[in-house]
Amino acid sequence: MTPGQRRWVFGVAVAGLAAFYLWGLSGLPGFGNYPGPYGFAILHIAVQQTDATGVVSAVNFDYRGFDTVGEEFILFAAAAATAVVLRRLRGERERPAVDQAGDREVPPTSEAVRMVALLFTGPVMVMGWWLVSHAQTSPSGGFQGGVILATAFILVYLAGEFLVLKRFSPVALTDAVEAAGAGGFAAIGLAAVLMGRAYLYDFLPLGQMPGAVSSAGTIALISFFVGLEVAAAFILIIGEMLEQTLLIRHGGG
Amino acid sequence: MTLAVTTPYTVPVGFMDALQVTILILVGAGATAVVLTRRPVHQVLVLSIYGVLMAVLFLTFQAPDVTLSELTVGAVALPIILLLALAKVRKREE
Repeated sequence: MTPGQRRWVFGVAVAGLAAFYLWGLSGLPGFGNYPGPYGFAILHIAVQQTDATGVVSAVNFDYRGFDTVGEEFILFAAAAATAVVLRRLRGERERPAVDQAGDREVPPTSEAVRMVALLFTGPVMVMGWWLVSHAQTSPSGGFQGGVILATAFILVYLAGEFLVLKRFSPVALTDAVEAAGAGGFAAIGLAAVLMGRAYLYDFLPLGQMPGAVSSAGTIALISFFVGLEVAAAFILIIGEMLEQTLLIRHGGG
Repeated sequence: MTLAVTTPYTVPVGFMDALQVTILILVGAGATAVVLTRRPVHQVLVLSIYGVLMAVLFLTFQAPDVTLSELTVGAVALPIILLLALAKVRKREE
């Protein structure tokens, strides 16, 4: 195929794509116009029905809780897949974390980095738990909080070293926490089924008033389990990758 | 029980529009910058800034939930994973 012909084929493809794209765009509802009834219905009934003022959390963990279970297990599967792909292969060996070039002076971690990391570890942990535990009253939730909890462990790595991180989050414990998070979410749904309700039906008392942290029944509990699962999954994934980078060597050398 | 939302402050409509248009332009520029950055390590840093821009975009379009998710994933988790992968690749090349 000559360059001329290739340009021709490219031109036809681009024209076709542009035509379909513009056709699709012309069918979209106007900017800011929401046509469907579902969103309005949820907005009107969500707070009364669930006592959760974080309506997005009410949708995620209650009305569409089943979808969120699916998302949860996507992350679960991703963490498992990372562990499988990044396992130590034949021909790779784990090398003690010592410097290879003994005559070279290793620059120590800057005191500024260590101080900032140490200062932030506690507050980041608190913020993570705050987000995990306030899904029912604010635009937070187990997912966002879980990732922030995981970053607290990465700060431990930055302030110290990889082996400290390993001591803080042993793989067996992190595995167990991840499984408890994913399993807990699914189990809450099954508990509702055992009571003769729909899967993930909000069976706990809703509390006294909308907007209280203790309100909204299972939403807070599910957010807690999601937080556990997400935090553990991210710690596992990043721990696996740190191990690949720092400890595992290709071949015998 | 009325659910009409009353806020103690009002934001002029024109101001919100200007903010949204500005952030849309910035996100467009940020995405272009990510694609045009050639060195992978630099690209990861630009990508992280782009994640923050996306988060602000979601905030101006009144989606604070998505803002938080985008901040944690787009600006923190994804760059960390990419940096670690780059470090691994670089070690193997040595």
